[in-house]
Amino acid sequence: MSPPPATEASSLRMIGTMTFGGLASGLLLVGVFEFTKPIIAANDAAALERAVFDVLPGTTQMGPVVLRDGALALGGDGTDQEDLPTIYLGRDTNGAITGYAIPYQGTGFQDVIKLIYGYQPAGGVVVGMQILDSKETPGLGDKIFKDKAFAANFEALAVQPEIVPVPNGSKTEAHQVDCITGATISSKAVVKIINAGNAEWLGLLPPGDPWAAESPPEQVPVGVLDGPQDEPAEPPLEQAPPPSQAPPSQEASP
Amino acid sequence: MSAPTSSAQAYAEFVKGLWKENPVFVQVLGMCPMLAVTNSAVNAVAMGAATLFVLVGSSFLVSLLRNHIPKQVRISAYIIIIATFVTVIDYLLKAAAPDIHRELGAFIALIVVNCLILGRQEAFASRNTVKMAVADALGMSAGFAFALLCLGSVREILGSGSLFGVSLFGPNFEPWVVMILPPGGFIMLGLILLFFAWLQERAKARRGASAAQGGA
Repeated sequence: MSPPPATEASSLRMIGTMTFGGLASGLLLVGVFEFTKPIIAANDAAALERAVFDVLPGTTQMGPVVLRDGALALGGDGTDQEDLPTIYLGRDTNGAITGYAIPYQGTGFQDVIKLIYGYQPAGGVVVGMQILDSKETPGLGDKIFKDKAFAANFEALAVQPEIVPVPNGSKTEAHQVDCITGATISSKAVVKIINAGNAEWLGLLPPGDPWAAESPPEQVPVGVLDGPQDEPAEPPLEQAPPPSQAPPSQEASP
Repeated sequence: MSAPTSSAQAYAEFVKGLWKENPVFVQVLGMCPMLAVTNSAVNAVAMGAATLFVLVGSSFLVSLLRNHIPKQVRISAYIIIIATFVTVIDYLLKAAAPDIHRELGAFIALIVVNCLILGRQEAFASRNTVKMAVADALGMSAGFAFALLCLGSVREILGSGSLFGVSLFGPNFEPWVVMILPPGGFIMLGLILLFFAWLQERAKARRGASAAQGGA
């Protein structure tokens, strides 16, 4: 007669223990999550910002540009921008556009490679590339972000004829990329990802600088005036339609 | 009289995890993180520190609550405690050292299923006082971290030619890439286990010899 009530009491106690344990654990985790959330968000933002500054030489300010309803718009503080495809616009101290940083991803040798690359509409060139995330083979495929010589391929890479990977050491044209010996698949994957990113984004990039006036920092209008005097090479190209329209037409033809 | 004895006992519980009952070399527990994250010394240290935090925290709580947790649900209760500590260290590491967190990836979360930790709760913390449980946890996790560091350093030196990211042999060193790949982990672990088993055999033989001498 005695075991049944004992079991009953004990199962209540079991439920009580587990409930209390779950509650205490949940409360603690919520606390830790709330405490670390802003720090983690700041870390991520800082990492992205560093990457944008790295792939767009000369950049001192950056901001998101989102694709809304088929057209590019300056990403403000709108809460919906997280769901929209986003690239980043870089400006130098004078407020002149240094280029667009385009994050893109695609299949590598082992897993998805996520990268970000800087595109300069003025010259129609890729000016920098950084791998954000990859699981390529250590020692071989990971040279796509460890090998400085490979990174140098992307410092002035023309996109006009589509970028072509060539065997190591045989790069002669501005649109060719020297592959890494022993990591041909990973190298080709990087080129493929950039070509795919170009196909998706370059046609959308507006000619010139449509957001010169509505850029966040107040000194930007002054910067636009200063720009041509300080750097005569770039801003005129930027305002002239042909170079910036060239990529779109090139994208449309194939 | 009891204070020094319990201190001595706590010290003994601490020391046994370092060598005599080392979780990796003797008990061969925790092989998953052992093989997965020891491709560099820094990763090994981070993993060892994370495991220390979880093991000491869980052992402390389990020992403290050992009379309040009904026997039938003890394993689930331990898992709640362990998982809570793991999630806490996961977030803290992500906030404090995002690069290391990215390197370790899923293996931080997988500390939950490290049998070393649940094993210590079931075998030790649930039966001993808080002081002993913490001493035991400290010893075990220090032993685990030591083993990780052994494997991590050797693999990084051979596989990348560096230690803690500092290049050792200059640019002409051709790294032994297989060492930082999974097969290298197995090969190195096998060699290290062999080495420690040999050390223990030798110690045992020596003890046997001295005992025989004493008997004679």
